[in-house]
Amino acid sequence: MDIWSQLIPEFSFQQVFVEPWTELLDPFIWIFLMGFFVTAACGFIGTFIVWRRMALVGDAISHSVLPGLVIAFLVSQSRDTLPMFLGAVGAGILTTGLIEIIHQKSRIKTDAALGIVFTTLFAFGVVLVSLYGENVDLDTDCVLYGEIEHVTLEPLSSFFGLFEAPGSVMRMGIVSLLVVVLVILFYRPLVVSSFDPGLARSMGMNPAVMHHALMSLLAIVVVSSFEAVGAVLVIAMLIFPGTTASLLSDRLPVILGITLVIALLGAFFGMHFALWLDISTAGAISTVIFGMFLLAWVFAPRRGLLWRAFR
Amino acid sequence: MKLDIGYVLRWWARTSSFAKATADRGAPRGVLAVLMGLAFAASAQGARIGDMQETVFVEQVWRFFTMKDAVVRTALLGSVFLGISCGLLGSFIVVRKLSLFGDTLSHAVLPGVAIGYLVAGQKDPVAIFIGATVAGVLGTVMVNLIKKTTHIKEDSSLGMVLAGFYGIGIVLMNRIQKLPTGTQSGVDKFLFGQAAALSSVEVWMIGGVALAAVVLVLVFYRQFLIGSFDIGFAKAMGLPAGLFHYLLMMLLAFTVVVSLQAVGAVLVSAMLVIPAASAYLLTERMHRMLILASVFGIFSGVLGAFFSFLGNSLPTGPLMVLAASSVFTLCFLFSPRHGLVSRWRKRRSREARIRNENTLKAIYQVRESHGFAGEGVKLTDLAERMNEPAADTRRRLADLVATGVCDLKEIEGKSFAFLNPDGWLKACAVVRNHRLWELYLTNQAEYEPDHVHDDAEVIEHVLGEETVRRLERLLDYPSEDPHGKLIPSLADVQRSLTQVSPGEKATGYRMPNQ
Repeated sequence: MDIWSQLIPEFSFQQVFVEPWTELLDPFIWIFLMGFFVTAACGFIGTFIVWRRMALVGDAISHSVLPGLVIAFLVSQSRDTLPMFLGAVGAGILTTGLIEIIHQKSRIKTDAALGIVFTTLFAFGVVLVSLYGENVDLDTDCVLYGEIEHVTLEPLSSFFGLFEAPGSVMRMGIVSLLVVVLVILFYRPLVVSSFDPGLARSMGMNPAVMHHALMSLLAIVVVSSFEAVGAVLVIAMLIFPGTTASLLSDRLPVILGITLVIALLGAFFGMHFALWLDISTAGAISTVIFGMFLLAWVFAPRRGLLWRAFR
Repeated sequence: MKLDIGYVLRWWARTSSFAKATADRGAPRGVLAVLMGLAFAASAQGARIGDMQETVFVEQVWRFFTMKDAVVRTALLGSVFLGISCGLLGSFIVVRKLSLFGDTLSHAVLPGVAIGYLVAGQKDPVAIFIGATVAGVLGTVMVNLIKKTTHIKEDSSLGMVLAGFYGIGIVLMNRIQKLPTGTQSGVDKFLFGQAAALSSVEVWMIGGVALAAVVLVLVFYRQFLIGSFDIGFAKAMGLPAGLFHYLLMMLLAFTVVVSLQAVGAVLVSAMLVIPAASAYLLTERMHRMLILASVFGIFSGVLGAFFSFLGNSLPTGPLMVLAASSVFTLCFLFSPRHGLVSRWRKRRSREARIRNENTLKAIYQVRESHGFAGEGVKLTDLAERMNEPAADTRRRLADLVATGVCDLKEIEGKSFAFLNPDGWLKACAVVRNHRLWELYLTNQAEYEPDHVHDDAEVIEHVLGEETVRRLERLLDYPSEDPHGKLIPSLADVQRSLTQVSPGEKATGYRMPNQ
């Protein structure tokens, strides 16, 4: 049997691109929206995270959230948002705290401290999942690449009677809206403290407060995205939109706008590819936005490889 | 949100245990089936037949350590080799601050694993090795290219390659699982590792990489060492530093790739970083670090394999990592020089010494204020001097008594402290240090006399004998401090300890009991 011919299933335009927007709109619109909200929220905040050279801290937090989630579930015996959130935030704080302690109290450098703390917590989480996974309704696949598709199994709940949507989609939508609104509200202090902490201090701002606020927001975003994209792929959603956009523009407002477009395109093509190839939607989205980065890297005006080669 | 439990259970069934793998390989199947049945029944019934569970547990431990099973031997051997190469390469990674590069590399090899599987049409270790190595090299090149050709910083470019390659890997893995032969492919074990699933070919590959790592590190130890700590010096010596860097990176890639089956892609970086970081806390010498890291690596690997063997459905990788982190925690707390507890105890003993020295100084000062008349020092006088409640002073003196330089006696209902010769010497030395330093600051550093006390309070506890001699020389053997008080010189102190002849001028430095 030829393994390669089976690898790529037959492509049917009708089935892959038309049906999700016509008769199967109901389940697929939620997958699309969930993908969009996750990528948009991550991309928006990720732009600042990347500028502050904290990209790998985001990765670390997304890994170490796992034991927090499992323990929160085992303690509260429910999948309610609040205990899950508390568990995850606790794990996030523990991560940054432990990294700081190891870095300050021993001769271990920050990078190694990061590598030690998040892998340990993640390993602990994986063992917990393997031991108690049955009770937690989490499996290792979900940890590795998330299960966006599961939003379609959720019952619709009403949003103040205005419209109906699955609970997790609604939550993620609120989180992304929160991220966008907070970034717009605190745009100036955020920008100044990201690019020039010294200036920020002289202007009477407190960069440490900004830092902790951003970390908390990051934790919220990572936790809410966990179910959808898992522990590892979050970093794709955090880094790619911002870096790709920064290849295309120098102006931060434009960059932030482009991250939203990337999120839209990523969710759109990711969903369709996942449907066509019968693969995880989160994996497909991250591959699509990786592809977009590669395109921008090669073809971007002024910054792209081609432009530089022929200048 | 409810996940499909049936699916989860099937997934577990696939990520099988040592025991299951043993059964597959034709070890005494009947016995094993009974054991497994017992284990299952025991865990289902709980405490009622707990002793039966214990038998199984002991049996399992026995089986693991007698190494009668080929699977156990294979897994153990694999873990040992893995520990060696991870420890060696990890040490270089940690001292070169490349820890996160290891993480990126371990995720980036994933698509290579999948493509290797697809090309070979089955789980062929060699094809997977080649595929993964190519992907790893590609990832490394891409990190460097992004860094060179864009303004994107290194941490982001590491993250991008990690996430991008991992995403592609996940997509390919998903597709392989959907192939008719895919469910038996075993590629999912590359994510979290299963030492029991190691084939003998894989163990020989791990062994080969470990051997190569040991030989290359032994042969090129100097070159690797210089290249890791002082790249400029390496270049000045005419060493091809770039070449050795790439050699190290190649070895690293091989280590990551062969470790995949046992530890899994997600956690290989931990096996690189954690044993090496633990060793880093214990020694200052690179060769000792390399050996210690390998030992820790072996220990974590074997312990992880052991627990994975005991707990039926547990993936090996996370258990190895937890074993390694336990070692790290111990080193972090108890390392003789860098450990948190050791340093805390050192600080405690230093604080206790300073406290005792301050008490001695106060005793001296009380005696001085009485013109060195009388041998004992009244506790209430001392309390007044120290400006604290008598109860605190009593505690202070009790500490001093415990060090054996002082006696506490009750005379006529009042407590008196008596210093013995050792204590008196120490008290004189502290006072001398204090007053010498005050004089030094006034004379040489031109401090105002009323500004010197606080500095002297700190320095009096750390001045060594040699420094004191130099200070005395520098200040021309002074006898008075800026406030007009006597500075007990070495000669004074020593004379005070011997019998003073009747005609000699009294310096006041006479032992209380003379």
